[in-house]
Amino acid sequence: MKQFLIFVQKEFYHIFRDRKSLLIIILMPIVQIILFGFALTNEIKDSDIAILDESKDVATVEIIHRLDASRYFNVARYLHSQADIEAAFKTGKIRLVVVFQNKFRENLLHANHAQVQLLADATDPNTATTVTNYATSIIRDYQNDLTANAPLPYQIEPQVRMLYNPQLKGAYTFVPGVMAMILIIISAMMTSVSIVREKEINTMEVLLVSPLKPLLFILSKAIPYMFLSLVNVSTILVVSVTLLEVPINGSLLLLMGEALLFITTAVSLGLMISNVTNSQQTAQMISLLGLMLPTLLLGGFMFPIESMPKPLQFMSNIVPSKWFFIIVKDVMIKGLGFKMIWKETLILFGMTLFFLTISFSKFKIRLA
Amino acid sequence: MKEAVITVNKLTKKFGDFIATNEVTFEVDKGEIFGFLGANGAGKTTAMRMLCGLSMPSSGSATVAGFDVYKQTEKIKQNIGYMSQKFSLYEDLTVTENIRFYAGIYGMARPAIKEKTAQLLNQLNLTPEANTLVKALPLGWKQKLAFSVAIFHEPKIVFLDEPTGGVDPITRREFWNLIYQAAERGITIFVTTHYMDEAEYCNRVSIMVDGKIEALDTPRNLKKTYNAKSMDEVFLQLARGAKRSDD
Repeated sequence: MKQFLIFVQKEFYHIFRDRKSLLIIILMPIVQIILFGFALTNEIKDSDIAILDESKDVATVEIIHRLDASRYFNVARYLHSQADIEAAFKTGKIRLVVVFQNKFRENLLHANHAQVQLLADATDPNTATTVTNYATSIIRDYQNDLTANAPLPYQIEPQVRMLYNPQLKGAYTFVPGVMAMILIIISAMMTSVSIVREKEINTMEVLLVSPLKPLLFILSKAIPYMFLSLVNVSTILVVSVTLLEVPINGSLLLLMGEALLFITTAVSLGLMISNVTNSQQTAQMISLLGLMLPTLLLGGFMFPIESMPKPLQFMSNIVPSKWFFIIVKDVMIKGLGFKMIWKETLILFGMTLFFLTISFSKFKIRLA
Repeated sequence: MKEAVITVNKLTKKFGDFIATNEVTFEVDKGEIFGFLGANGAGKTTAMRMLCGLSMPSSGSATVAGFDVYKQTEKIKQNIGYMSQKFSLYEDLTVTENIRFYAGIYGMARPAIKEKTAQLLNQLNLTPEANTLVKALPLGWKQKLAFSVAIFHEPKIVFLDEPTGGVDPITRREFWNLIYQAAERGITIFVTTHYMDEAEYCNRVSIMVDGKIEALDTPRNLKKTYNAKSMDEVFLQLARGAKRSDD
């Protein structure tokens, strides 16, 4: 026990004396959360659109007014001929062009049929789809208002409610995602680098000759970094709740417990990495690329796993972040209890046990 | 009254087809300064690592401080000190913190550590530097400190792997004074080196060539046997036949 305390104390000396790394470790989660929460939002707001209105009647003016008034669009310019459309897109600023044909209102009133053309810049397909959806629904609203006085014989009116995230805020998925990413990178990287460092500066040899037990060595390495990671979880939660207004709907205790489990998974991955390399740089690269990429690509918070090809869907199951992402979303956003997430918890627990067993059995007591 | 603290019998280490250490046999007595000489790649470090419990022998037998190198490495570890070729203190820890850490790892009690630290710093004239980070110390001081840390827990035997590499002759001399003091206290010194002037300071030296011990005696007897003026000449005569040159 005394050996353990002395070792942990030494680790904290290392951590606190390396001011630069400490600053990065403390600030990285805050910067990431703010970046993802504010800058990299997947909502599309204030898109510049252009209008080609060959009719210029009461109806088209009303629709244009409604488009401009919504928070999704900003009417940036009026075009005068079909030829202008191409030019408008070429500026790169216009995402959508709305074209009203001649005699729009007349057709609407007398033929009961009028056409609006929506032209979107589909170089970014997701944005194009979203933008046309917004525009379509604004136009449909207008149509509903027109027919409100004369109800149609049959009408199906979908009543849509967005549960758990009524404002469709991007932060609701980014917070759990960033939490998974930060924890897995920081915990695994810090642990592996600090062990490999001992090999690099040769103190490992001296420690191996000493009576220090390998288990004690591994524990003393893991615990300080688990503590730091818990600090990170707390900062992420505080920033999310205060700045991004993402609520913690479930039990905070459960959330912290699950975070601790995931940190243990990450630390055991770090231990495994430290077994296969002798250089700090390699350890860093493996932690960054080997853990960040799968988390980003297959973790489920950047790209929906359901729409991936089957082999990738299958692969995503071995990415620990995927399970943690589900757990955090369920507990934090949906407010679910342990009963609903025990399966995911069990999977993470199993993975941790597996990684730990491997790294313990691979840990070399002898050099050769 | 001689008492062997290290006994080695036909100890061999193979890496695949390569025989790093080939059936070496020797004994080291308590309080002796035993020089373990050889060119680079002769197998010194491998032999030493087997004795420290860092490396598993392929065959042969050996005991260190009365314990078997195959089965009782934990017991061996409690009774030896080790200073490696490369410098091995923590640069971002202070002198005192380094001493406290290593002493703590060997299970020494806090009051004892405190008392002995003061005594040691005084002896090394390092008292004013007690709270200096190790990285700020000159290399010579670091080496002396590393040696003192290696014997801080009063081991029966201390293994030194080329401890004076890259150190100037004056510091080397001072370093050897520390070794003598430790030997007088009854600590057995097992030291590898390739500085032949240092070989003269040892009670007995063994010279390894291509994994085998070619000669083992006091420096004086060796010079007589090989009809040489210095250990340098003895070594050159023996090492001339060597086939391996690098680790």
